[in-house]
Amino acid sequence: MIAPARAGVDERRLTLWQDQVQTQVLVAGSGPPLVFFHGPWGLAWDAFLDALAERFTVYAPHHPGTTPGDPDGVRALDTVWDLVLYSYELFDALGLEAPVVVGHSFGGMVAAEVAATAPGRVRRLVLISPLGLWRDDAPVRNWMALKPDALAAAAFADPRGPLVAQVLGGASDEGVDERIRRTWALACSGKFTWPIPDRGLSKRLHRVSAPTLIVWGRQDGLAPPIYAEEFAQRIRGARAEVVDGAAHHPHLERLDPVAPLVANFLAG
Amino acid sequence: MKISMFHLMPYRDLPADFERRYGSVWVDPPWWELADAERVGQYYNWTLDELTFAARAGLDGICVNEHHQNAYGFMPGPNLMGAALARATQGLDVAIVQMGATLPTTNPPIRVAEEYAMLDCLSGGRLVAGMPLGSPMDANFCYGIPPIEQRERYYEAHDLILKAWQAKEIFAWNGKYTQLGMVNLWPRPIQQPRPPIWVPGSGSLSTWEFAAQHGHCYCYLSYYGSAFAQKVMDGFWEFVAGRGLDANPYRAGFLQLVAVSETDARAEAEYEEHIRYFYAKSLHIGAEYYAPPGHQDYRSLVNSLTRLNRNQAEMVGQMRDWRFRDFVDNRFVIAGGPATVRDQLREAIQNLRVGNLMVLLHIGSMPHELTLKNIELFAREVYPALRDTWDDRWENHWWPERLRAKRQLVGARG
Repeated sequence: MIAPARAGVDERRLTLWQDQVQTQVLVAGSGPPLVFFHGPWGLAWDAFLDALAERFTVYAPHHPGTTPGDPDGVRALDTVWDLVLYSYELFDALGLEAPVVVGHSFGGMVAAEVAATAPGRVRRLVLISPLGLWRDDAPVRNWMALKPDALAAAAFADPRGPLVAQVLGGASDEGVDERIRRTWALACSGKFTWPIPDRGLSKRLHRVSAPTLIVWGRQDGLAPPIYAEEFAQRIRGARAEVVDGAAHHPHLERLDPVAPLVANFLAG
Repeated sequence: MKISMFHLMPYRDLPADFERRYGSVWVDPPWWELADAERVGQYYNWTLDELTFAARAGLDGICVNEHHQNAYGFMPGPNLMGAALARATQGLDVAIVQMGATLPTTNPPIRVAEEYAMLDCLSGGRLVAGMPLGSPMDANFCYGIPPIEQRERYYEAHDLILKAWQAKEIFAWNGKYTQLGMVNLWPRPIQQPRPPIWVPGSGSLSTWEFAAQHGHCYCYLSYYGSAFAQKVMDGFWEFVAGRGLDANPYRAGFLQLVAVSETDARAEAEYEEHIRYFYAKSLHIGAEYYAPPGHQDYRSLVNSLTRLNRNQAEMVGQMRDWRFRDFVDNRFVIAGGPATVRDQLREAIQNLRVGNLMVLLHIGSMPHELTLKNIELFAREVYPALRDTWDDRWENHWWPERLRAKRQLVGARG
């Protein structure tokens, strides 16, 4: 398993959903509570979370099934409806009534669903390259159906940069445990996104009442930036920022200015 | 021993540079650039003719299977083919082996129960009911099943089909993936309590456990031949012994590519290009389509990554430059004159302890007339020498009861 890379990051382990799901939550920082939902490649503590932890108490839970030692946790949740209700149980177990919520990619879809179902449980919302909507004229590409080179080119503005191996894996010295972790993370999120990451969010998104910031990378080759507009149009008062020099991971590819942008918005 | 001819129904005329120009034979090969519907109609008819010819030549069974969006073998509706074959083989003691309709992608799954029951009625109780899980290319990429759900859907569909065949009363099925208020199947199969069930697999422990738990025949479908299969089948028989089950060879099926000619030299001259076509083109599957995350459950994933099993893509890459002799020497293909094929096949059957053998007698680009020759020589020169294997001690419980006696030896063209 992957230990949190940074000192000062705690691991909290929760038992949820009638004892069927074990959830490890990485916790760091101080300030108002912030929940971060990770993307399809799994949770790893990174520089973006470090930056948020300077101003917030960051809670970063593993998606069900991706907590080390509990690969079958994902079997207890079948639909987005299950996943959303489970997420409120997670908030409750952490003692959070209405945290600010940040989600990336698949985690952005989860965050949007959580904010749309019970709007009062999310104080402010940041969606970074969220999935969940679909346009026939701009199909979201299946990141699990791309060859490694094509995936790197779609997901990162610099397909040869160090972030590629950090997020997508595939480095020559990559350990077996790391490959297992990443593959299973894709499997578990894929339960809610395969073959098309649209489980009806467009019907529910209008219910979001939290002030919302949408962040997109202009070179995103997985979910084209036209989706920033799609999300913004459906959420009252939402603001969309499209960032140059970034693809599907603007918060890592352009840590600055994205991290301060997000932190300032959430503090606002 | 029961020996059946398997047919994939591949596209036989892919361009010479296919594997260099295109990324994959499966999922995304462009129809409009590569294929011609008139020609495909000819292939379907040849396929039916070749299998019918094998039935008349005296083989015990004929097999078709289901695949989608590819030039490797494209019978999207295997039961359409099965219906034509059942009709064409009326009066012959030949099994209709459907390997078969894919359970997790047939919706609702009682469609499989219905169509298999139709085939059993139509054929007079000659059906072998194959129950495939489906390849990742078919089930996940072409038919949209989330990989992590595929096995669970399979188990549920299997239970529903068996209950639908056998239930005396109308019942409700409240499954996770299928809900039906009133299940009352028409027709039911002739074979009671049900047709024999074969479960195709590629060596995973969970499939062995499933087959053992339900008493089904496990069929190891591989294109890498008997030497490569030895480790897998040794593991299977060890598993069977560990479960306290008898070592009846008919518990196991195996697929082998076979090409027979008058002599070893003639076999090389006639079959080499078609064998090379098969491994280079028909198996040119994009690496990204082999293993979508979740297709393997967590334990199998850990097992395969930890053991660093070579995947099929690597194997195929390595075979690109192989010649006839390499395929034969490595026992991927059993090919040669009758004596060579007899000896090698006998050895494979004994070593793997297989009672239900499937032989792929049409390979890749093999033309129709050459295929008929291969079938005829196999039936006349090879099959008779093997057909008595195992029967001194074992009964084939996984074969239609009406067909368990030996067939009369006949000639296909006579």
